[in-house]
Amino acid sequence: MSKQIQVSGLDAYYGSHKAIEDVSMTIEPRSITAFIGPSGCGKSTFLRTLNRMHEVIPGARVEGKVLLDGEDLYAPTIEPVSVRRMIGMVFQRPNPFPTMSIYENVAAGLRLNRGRISRSELDGIVEESLKGANLWNEVKDRLNKPGAGLSGGQQQRLCIARAIAVQPEVLLMDEPCSALDPISTLAIEDLMAKLKDKYTIVIVTHNMQQAARVSDRTAFFNLAAQGQPGKVIEMDETSRMFTNPTQKATEDYITGRFG
Amino acid sequence: MTTIQHISTGRRIKDRVVQGLVYLAFALAVVPLISVLWLVISNGLERFDLEFLTHSMNGIGARDAHGGAYHAIIGTLEQVLLASLISVPIGLLTAIYLVEYGNGGRLSRSISFFVDVMTGVPSVVAGLFVFAFWILFLGFQFSGWAGALALSILMMPTVVRSAEEMLRLVPGDLREASYALGVPKWRTIVKVVLPTAFTGIVTGVMLAVARVAGETAPLLMTVFFTNSINNDPFNGPQMGLPLFVFDQAARPNDTAIDRAWTGALTLILIVMLLNLVARLIAWWRSPARGR
Ligand SMILES: Nc1ncnc2c1ncn2[C@@H]1O[C@H](COP(=O)(O)OP(=O)(O)OP(=O)(O)O)[C@@H](O)[C@H]1O
Ligand SMILES: [Mg+2]
Repeated sequence: MSKQIQVSGLDAYYGSHKAIEDVSMTIEPRSITAFIGPSGCGKSTFLRTLNRMHEVIPGARVEGKVLLDGEDLYAPTIEPVSVRRMIGMVFQRPNPFPTMSIYENVAAGLRLNRGRISRSELDGIVEESLKGANLWNEVKDRLNKPGAGLSGGQQQRLCIARAIAVQPEVLLMDEPCSALDPISTLAIEDLMAKLKDKYTIVIVTHNMQQAARVSDRTAFFNLAAQGQPGKVIEMDETSRMFTNPTQKATEDYITGRFG
Repeated sequence: MTTIQHISTGRRIKDRVVQGLVYLAFALAVVPLISVLWLVISNGLERFDLEFLTHSMNGIGARDAHGGAYHAIIGTLEQVLLASLISVPIGLLTAIYLVEYGNGGRLSRSISFFVDVMTGVPSVVAGLFVFAFWILFLGFQFSGWAGALALSILMMPTVVRSAEEMLRLVPGDLREASYALGVPKWRTIVKVVLPTAFTGIVTGVMLAVARVAGETAPLLMTVFFTNSINNDPFNGPQMGLPLFVFDQAARPNDTAIDRAWTGALTLILIVMLLNLVARLIAWWRSPARGR
């Protein structure tokens, strides 16, 4: 498991509006890559191009190449649905399925995709995923209660459990902690550190300390002006980015001397 | 610097006056409802007995008491069921198309327009249309099925509109969460979107059912009329409760008028019962129950 992603010359559009331009980067397996940058510079957009979620929005399209261990995800013969099975996603706002229990939420990916699956196998996967998301101890006595009845932080971990239950190669997280308190944030950061043994993890964050704490590599996105497409300004080892960036804009942004 | 102000006497009086007006408006709206219910119940209870529910009007003379609406109850149930079987699938699929696939394109805009037009079709016109097309042009006989066709024309726009509204209320987040798990779009709709909107859709369908169950005009020209029991909605004239009420109320003697009131009461009870069943289904399926 865990695969490398290589992006080259990627542009993403919303209708005629070009949101990101000419992004190229390599995302290494078994590591955490953080995307930072000001609001509106296209971090979410870029993240969503990595598992072909971008094109779900009417009028949105992508140009360029995304290679997952050498295989082009945007080749015409590739089934987008199978890409998303391999590259899971956690959203900014926790979004458990309201009609489903905690158990069913975690099992959703498997049930909806594979259909028939034995109860004992499913039980095992659900338990393992919840343990993987550090949520098992909190919910093991109420697996049949609705998922929407959990706290925000628990819901977010439930969404992570749901994403890892389908055993993806890559996990994309778009500001997974922005709606959470410091304790829940810490729980999720611990979780990411644990998950990186198995998955390629990409996280978007507005929290510099978080990027510095959890990530191995960091990419800084920026846009020249409002309405212009966003670009990758610099990408490097996180320790280098935060101590000794080569670009002035990166340094300004990281030190908070921006704009 | 601003200071904390007290509510002025003028505002307090205005508040009271408006509050009074709102209560008054509420009372005005409720008075007709209560009085209708009261009239129907008090007049209808007289003949609300086992005979009424189990016998038809077959062989009952013009001035006789006795007789019942069994044939009409059966007819109404069958016609409404058939009408629902036609309009609910079509209406639901239309709503799904409009919300999930249409994307505001030309087809979806014109469908939307025609649904609006259909909403405004008077019920007589729906009956006339089926009469002209199904019975005169295609040459079929009067039947419960023809009535169901007319009723389904009236039901369809209501089902489309209410289902559409409910589907739009399902947050886009949920669809994205499902896509991100690698679930195809159609499965997302079937397994995530529809269950989330289920309760609302059931309520909408019940409103549509309640609306058509009381329709008289379209039945007159399609179901026609009978005094005897006809269990087969595909063959020969049937009866319906609205027709029964219409017929009995037009007769000069008190015994018939009593039957008309009881028919109206039965109709209200059937609609209420259906509503209750729908609520039970919705409650049984609701996530809050925890299963
Ligand atoms: N659904 C959409 N339709 C049209 N334009 C969009 C859509 N989503 C984003 N955009 C535009 O694309 C650009 C990039 O947005 P994006 O959400 O990727 O930024 P971001 O870096 O994630 O910002 P934030 O940090 O605030 O989340 C913005 O100019 C935004 O207005
Ligand atoms: Mg974003």
